[in-house]
Amino acid sequence: MSETITLEVLRYLPETDSEPHFQRYTVPYKDEWVVLDALNHIKDHLDATLSYRWSCHMAVCGSCGMMIDGEPKLSCHAFLRDYRGGVIRVEPLDHFPIERDLVIVMDSFMNKLSSVKPYLIPREEKPLSAGEYLQTPAELRVFDQYTQCINCLLCYAACPQVGLTEDFVGPAALALAHRYNLDSRDGGKAERAEVVASNEGIWECTFVGACSQVCPKQVDPAAAIQQTKLSSSVDWLKDMLTPGAHK
Amino acid sequence: MSRRPYMRQVERSWWLHRPRYVAYMIRELTSLFVGLYCALLAVGLIRLSQGAAAWDGFVTALASPPGVIFQSICLVFAVYHSVTWFALTPKAMPLMIGGQPVPGMAIIGAHYAAWAVVSIVVLIAAGI
Amino acid sequence: MARSNKPLLWLPFAGGGLVAALLTPVLILITGVLVPSGMVHLRYETMAAFAHHPLGKLLLFGAVALPAWHAAHRLRMTAHDLGLGGGAAIKTACYGAAALLILTAAGALIAI
Repeated sequence: MSETITLEVLRYLPETDSEPHFQRYTVPYKDEWVVLDALNHIKDHLDATLSYRWSCHMAVCGSCGMMIDGEPKLSCHAFLRDYRGGVIRVEPLDHFPIERDLVIVMDSFMNKLSSVKPYLIPREEKPLSAGEYLQTPAELRVFDQYTQCINCLLCYAACPQVGLTEDFVGPAALALAHRYNLDSRDGGKAERAEVVASNEGIWECTFVGACSQVCPKQVDPAAAIQQTKLSSSVDWLKDMLTPGAHK
Repeated sequence: MSRRPYMRQVERSWWLHRPRYVAYMIRELTSLFVGLYCALLAVGLIRLSQGAAAWDGFVTALASPPGVIFQSICLVFAVYHSVTWFALTPKAMPLMIGGQPVPGMAIIGAHYAAWAVVSIVVLIAAGI
Repeated sequence: MARSNKPLLWLPFAGGGLVAALLTPVLILITGVLVPSGMVHLRYETMAAFAHHPLGKLLLFGAVALPAWHAAHRLRMTAHDLGLGGGAAIKTACYGAAALLILTAAGALIAI
């Protein structure tokens, strides 16, 4: 009788369930397996009705985020061997509506992401004939870590302010705005400030820091937001002291 | 197929559910004791403005058992505020010198050094 | 969504946090440990002379006002975290208490 491990998975089928409920599954234990392998085993052999998102199985696509024993994790990045001998509780990411089983509704995030204008807004229009933008390694180093976000939403699940305030723009979107604000080719900080420096933007954050702790890519959105608080405050002071001079 | 998304409610006790949130709450609560101590200082300034007798009464109250107990609690929380504040400064204020990022530990260390200098200067001024 | 005026509240909060971190512990050490144990004596004449000097007034004011503001803003945000609401009542209580404390300190210092 080979070793097994038990998963307690939150199920929700909107056509039949009035609310979510837990269901237990016993799967083979393998040292090299991750929680995603266990879920795939469940779907392939035990219960084909289980729904969940996944893709790369190597922690780069950001699809498989879920709560594993109450901690936001990528299911492809949570090894069974770290939960050996216990029951693994698997739930959909906190702070998002549940669509079905482990699948969340991420529309609110998609809207928040696009609202920060996450694309280069040049300082002035340049014709193609003027050639490419030049950027030194040092200029790239300034914003490089903030480009690493895979939109996995673990930070939104970890952030208490996301849970308490539905309209909070949130860590990943604000970190991405910071990525563009720091880019030497960009001139869009003032334009982004309408959303970024609003009450629902950086000012909802109280520097809990949970976002950066759970980020699988070490983006450090908490740092991005605090730096933006400082630079936004300086911009605010400049605007107060010399109105209209800065655009 | 009909969609019926289910929204889980955030409980009022959310901050008790994980150690990192409890630690966050304790960190934030340090400001309560900093604030209460500022109130004590404000009372002290009033007594100072009221003359020698009032000031001496304030100093006596500082040394009373409730005064010492209260201030000891404030001291613990104030020190915890300093430790957590310094730890976060490299995130809020990353420094680049000559195109290279200054290590976080250096920024934190500089704050501890400043803390030591300020403390020593104030202690000397107080006549230790 | 529009640019917020939060910096008005946040900048003194940040400054107060730094002052609280660098200065408040040693002040508590003095008034809470060294004075009660007799190792330091804060004589009225010395304190009054210090508070009489403009620089002394400024330092004493900064030591009280900035950390007080820091505490007010932080407690307001924490009240929201604890489910005690984020509306006008909490804001009035927190910033009002800080304003009272700051005005009291200023009044006392001006009188010295």
